[in-house]
Amino acid sequence: MKKSIHKKDPRFKIAEKEAWIGIGLVLFNFIWWYGFAYGLGSEPADEYTFIMGMPAWFFWSCVAGFVVMVILVSAAVKFLFKEVPFEENGEGGESE
Amino acid sequence: MNWQVIAPLIFFLIIIFLVGLWSSRKIDASSSFLQDYFLGGRQLGGFILAMTMIATYGSASSFIGGPGVAYTQGLGWVLLAMSQVVTGYFVLMVLGKKFAITARKYNAVTLIDFLKERYNSKWVVWLSSLSIIIFLFSAMAAQWVGGARLIESLTGLSYLSALFIFAASVMVYVVIGGFRAVALTDAVQGGIMFIGTMILLVAVIVAGGGIPNIISDLSSENPNLITPFGFDGGLTPLYVSSFWILVGVGVVGLPQVAVRAMSYKNARAMHRAIIIGTIVVGFIMLGMHLIGVFARPILPGIEVGDKVMPMIAMEVLPPWLAGIVLAAPMAAIMSTVDSLLLLVSSAIVKDVYINYIKPDTEESTVKKMSFAVTALLGVLVCIMALSPPDLLIWLNLFSFGGLEAAFIWPVVLGLYWAKGNKYGAVASMITGTASYILFHTFYPNALGMNTVVLPIALSLAAYIAVSLFTENTAPAAAEI
Repeated sequence: MKKSIHKKDPRFKIAEKEAWIGIGLVLFNFIWWYGFAYGLGSEPADEYTFIMGMPAWFFWSCVAGFVVMVILVSAAVKFLFKEVPFEENGEGGESE
Repeated sequence: MNWQVIAPLIFFLIIIFLVGLWSSRKIDASSSFLQDYFLGGRQLGGFILAMTMIATYGSASSFIGGPGVAYTQGLGWVLLAMSQVVTGYFVLMVLGKKFAITARKYNAVTLIDFLKERYNSKWVVWLSSLSIIIFLFSAMAAQWVGGARLIESLTGLSYLSALFIFAASVMVYVVIGGFRAVALTDAVQGGIMFIGTMILLVAVIVAGGGIPNIISDLSSENPNLITPFGFDGGLTPLYVSSFWILVGVGVVGLPQVAVRAMSYKNARAMHRAIIIGTIVVGFIMLGMHLIGVFARPILPGIEVGDKVMPMIAMEVLPPWLAGIVLAAPMAAIMSTVDSLLLLVSSAIVKDVYINYIKPDTEESTVKKMSFAVTALLGVLVCIMALSPPDLLIWLNLFSFGGLEAAFIWPVVLGLYWAKGNKYGAVASMITGTASYILFHTFYPNALGMNTVVLPIALSLAAYIAVSLFTENTAPAAAEI
């Protein structure tokens, strides 16, 4: 017997989509961070190249990675996130 | 210690005190005391929300412990610390609007209110109240000790008077001002953390003769310091990556952070907070840990990691500026402690007393009780901090990971998975916390990952398996 009796609030569809965007961003963040750190950082230290004085792996993974995430997060919020009202109209919770 | 350093610190304490007092005056006017005192009336704007989340999360370890380890480990530890950028956007995106709307529907003031309505189970409420009270009380006492030690080392006062100063400056505004005072002072404290990081980072780079110079000094001392693998090559990719669970995505399960995700005014506030939070938390984590690494060529041979940050600040900055920068770790500790104090108090007053002991308590009694319990807890923590009992130190070890393992799935899956039920939630909480304590004791860093990873996986398995297994016996699924 299946009990899927939750009638979907349309706002929850938006909320669920945004939660998935959050998960997507974390996955991207992790791959960028891991890829540059261990992709470029695994060679011997005396063969490192340097960007602005920092080892390239560190620059790309931590510094550029941070900037890229700020840009992506801002873009996701600006273009993909929707404003919804939080207050109930009609269907009230318990009285206080 | 000289007055030029102490003066900015005192100035900082006075500002915090005034902001706390000022924001507490609003409380009297409000109609619903509980909502207001424990949740700021759900009126936080974007900037305050971002700052209070970061300041609550960023504690002594971001400013004192972390840079100390980075000093020893090199750039590999900065890499590890950068997993915390995630906390800036992930918590608010994942709990997000669903949590904010559901919490309003349920009329929830605390995280436990939410769990109570969602699972409709006494056991869930008791277990979660108990774990919040026990674990966060110990965590708070530990931070309290840290705050007093910091004042002690900066001012040369005795531990006892340092503890008293610290306790007095935090308690007054928390007790009378509640959540709004905590959030507003958090915003000031977060600002100080940000500015302090910026000043010190620039000063350290200048003192070291520029980044290229510092990096070549580091690599000539030990090339491992500029690799991602730590000074002795001991930081494996798996181990470092596993911190994404502990200090990255797992933070969703921390009650003191999660409760903030139901305190904001509207969707716009949440959107702004996500952007501001990501920028600020990323900058602080990158900056503070880099400072730890860059301090190494400037001040070689520091034995105690916790001393790196205070010593480098005194070394590279004029005294008055060092005082401002050293207000940052103090701010970090205070802003963590004040939130924990209020959260433990809300668990006792709202979740245990009003829910189960005396539900028909009058508003005026609730008010007096909230003040009294918060104050009493503060005094109790203070007494504990005088000479922390072993049990408390032991419990504090589990407060972070233990709470994550207990709460993450009941909260997240409670929001998004209609089939999750109370049996699953109870099983998940017990499995998570118990296995965390067992792993921590008998098999730390199991399979080369941080201890928290397996308990979180086990508690997920318990939640899903038990929920599905008891699907037919459980009462109708909650409306989510």
